[in-house]
Amino acid sequence: MKADDLVDLAARNLRESMFRNSLTTLGIGVGVASLVAMLSLGIGLQQLADRRLARSGLFDTIVVTSRRSLRGFDRADNRNGVPPAESRPLDEKARAEMARLPNVLEAVPDLRFISEVRYECKPHLAMVAGLPLSARDKDAFDNMQGRFFSSDAAEEAILQIQFADELLGIRQKLGESSSKASGQTQTLIGKELTLRYAERVPSPAAPESKPAEEGGGAGDRSGALKHAPQPPAMAAFSVVPRERKLRIVAVTDQDPEGMRGASGARVFIPLPMVEKLHVMLPSGLRGSEPDFSNVPAYLSLSVRVKSPDRVESVQDAIRKMGFSTFSTLDAARSLRRFFAVLDLFLGIFGSLALAVAALGIVNTLVMAILERRREIGIMKAIGASDGDVKKLFLAEAAVMGLVGGMLGVALGWAMGRLINAGANVYLHRQNLPSEELWAVPWWLVAGAIAFAIVISMISGLYPAARAARLDPVQALHYE
Amino acid sequence: MTENSTRAGTIRTEAVCRHYPMGDSVIRAVDGISLEVGAGEFVALLGSSGSGKSSLLNLIAGLDRPTSGAVIVNGDNLAEMSSEELSRYRRHSVGMVFQAFNLVGTMTLLENVELPMRFAETERGPRLERAREALQRVGLGGRLTHRPSQLSGGEQQRAALARALANRPSLLLADEPTGNLDSHTGNEILDLLHECNERLGMTLLLVTHERSLAERYAERLVFLADGKVVGEQANVPAFQRVAAGGSGKGTAGTQTQEGEQQ
Repeated sequence: MKADDLVDLAARNLRESMFRNSLTTLGIGVGVASLVAMLSLGIGLQQLADRRLARSGLFDTIVVTSRRSLRGFDRADNRNGVPPAESRPLDEKARAEMARLPNVLEAVPDLRFISEVRYECKPHLAMVAGLPLSARDKDAFDNMQGRFFSSDAAEEAILQIQFADELLGIRQKLGESSSKASGQTQTLIGKELTLRYAERVPSPAAPESKPAEEGGGAGDRSGALKHAPQPPAMAAFSVVPRERKLRIVAVTDQDPEGMRGASGARVFIPLPMVEKLHVMLPSGLRGSEPDFSNVPAYLSLSVRVKSPDRVESVQDAIRKMGFSTFSTLDAARSLRRFFAVLDLFLGIFGSLALAVAALGIVNTLVMAILERRREIGIMKAIGASDGDVKKLFLAEAAVMGLVGGMLGVALGWAMGRLINAGANVYLHRQNLPSEELWAVPWWLVAGAIAFAIVISMISGLYPAARAARLDPVQALHYE
Repeated sequence: MTENSTRAGTIRTEAVCRHYPMGDSVIRAVDGISLEVGAGEFVALLGSSGSGKSSLLNLIAGLDRPTSGAVIVNGDNLAEMSSEELSRYRRHSVGMVFQAFNLVGTMTLLENVELPMRFAETERGPRLERAREALQRVGLGGRLTHRPSQLSGGEQQRAALARALANRPSLLLADEPTGNLDSHTGNEILDLLHECNERLGMTLLLVTHERSLAERYAERLVFLADGKVVGEQANVPAFQRVAAGGSGKGTAGTQTQEGEQQ
């Protein structure tokens, strides 16, 4: 029998005992729905975590430091079997090189300095850090009051909330959440503060011949560095005190720097502006000699990579350039493993309902054989082969699987929506932003329907074989 | 009568047996029957119930397999066929009409007649056309979308006949086709069967226990009892006698009856 006739006949046979077949199909539907709901929750949670982690910058960011300043990372490198390359300064040239590496989105210097910040004529001491415009997308700014920098060069500042409290003269009680004070810190937005810092102005007498030494004696240099940091002055530059007025545009209760924020910056200003200020950086005092130049070396760089799975290759490349690197790649890996196991368990629980539904199919089709004995006998008498009868019953199972699968996906989708809505009501009560906890990718839809069809057909195997074996003479005598 | 046995529509059984085990004993439903039917012949199998006439018909229809012996139809031995080959044989060479009509109750008449053509993988267009044509032939052209339960017994049997003709078989096997019908309707069905035999040249095997019915059209009567042939007689169909101006009943030709009780 042809496939279209088979499906046609199967569908009309199913319509005949509508009620019973609908119940069976509904059973499959509920099974598929539970599977879809479980898996979509698992996938949704995983995507949520991935999204969060990606925005936190934890898993796509590599922190690069010079080997000269942080010896601890050197030891880690040696353990990883990366040959210690020649030590070199972490300067603008190196930064540009890293930014050109494949799969690198950007390489941002970590520029920070301690400075005096005056607000309403009161001086405060604070760590000021440059923030690239790309930080705008990080989750640290989800709850920010105010807005992000309007441009690279805007003379604007974002305050950390504790510092904002400090400016307002609010003393925090121990254990009190900083976000509670948000009512007052709001008033700071739009106000001005004054940044007082030391600008490093290159002296015209700076010896330009020094870079010539760069080629030789790396060992000497690092040896000299370890034991006897030379005085930086050498009359190469002068330090000039400066003042700059900044407008407060936002107050944030989180650390926008993610993992870099260990040193806890309190005031953030646009990164390009920091570069223009030529602030006398601590690293400028330590690591730029003897090949001293006008370009100061950076304390550390943050390299953002296109996707977390590229981190390793980029990390290797940067190590080969001669720098120390750090990333939380391993944490991301174990997180993925966790979600794979979670999906597996959710899938198993979801499948249980489908297994019960499969028994329903077996039952329905065996019942149908008993009821339709005579019909099977007739079909055989007028020329149906055993194979035709078998295929017809399998087709009926498959049609139930298809309809049940589609019903299940719809039902599962609705269940997921419901769970999502419920969870968001809860999140709102907790004053948390709403989240998509739940995702139904197209492959889950297609996979669930295909799975339902396959399970149904497997369930139909036994009834179909039984129907095919039926002796037509006996079946025709059956009343 | 003994024509070339490979011609379409010829049937030859050679000492065919069909035994059913029943507990410790064995039921010999068909017990060594040798029979020859020529192409286009109309033969009636007569006997009381349990004489084995239906079992023999099932063997010839390829619905059942003989315990021993051979059933050779159109030159092929059904006993040696695989179940796939048997189903193909049933599909293309045999049309069956039953006492209980055996229409599929959930399908319309048109769908019932279409069904054997579906198994024969006939395209939808010609299939519908032929189904309509067959139903028209049996006088049900106006009831295509009715279900069997909406029809009288006679109409159902006509539809069953239309279905039997659907794949244009060379063999028409009728198992007590009038058993569930009143005599008038039964005669109508018999007329139709005869028409198929005459006009379409189909070999017709009619199983019945009513001798008068058999004598009406059959060319030969075969008497069965306890699974054996107990008599055979040529018959001048009653309608021919009427046409020839003859009267009364009785049988013309050679009578080779061996006694009804053995």
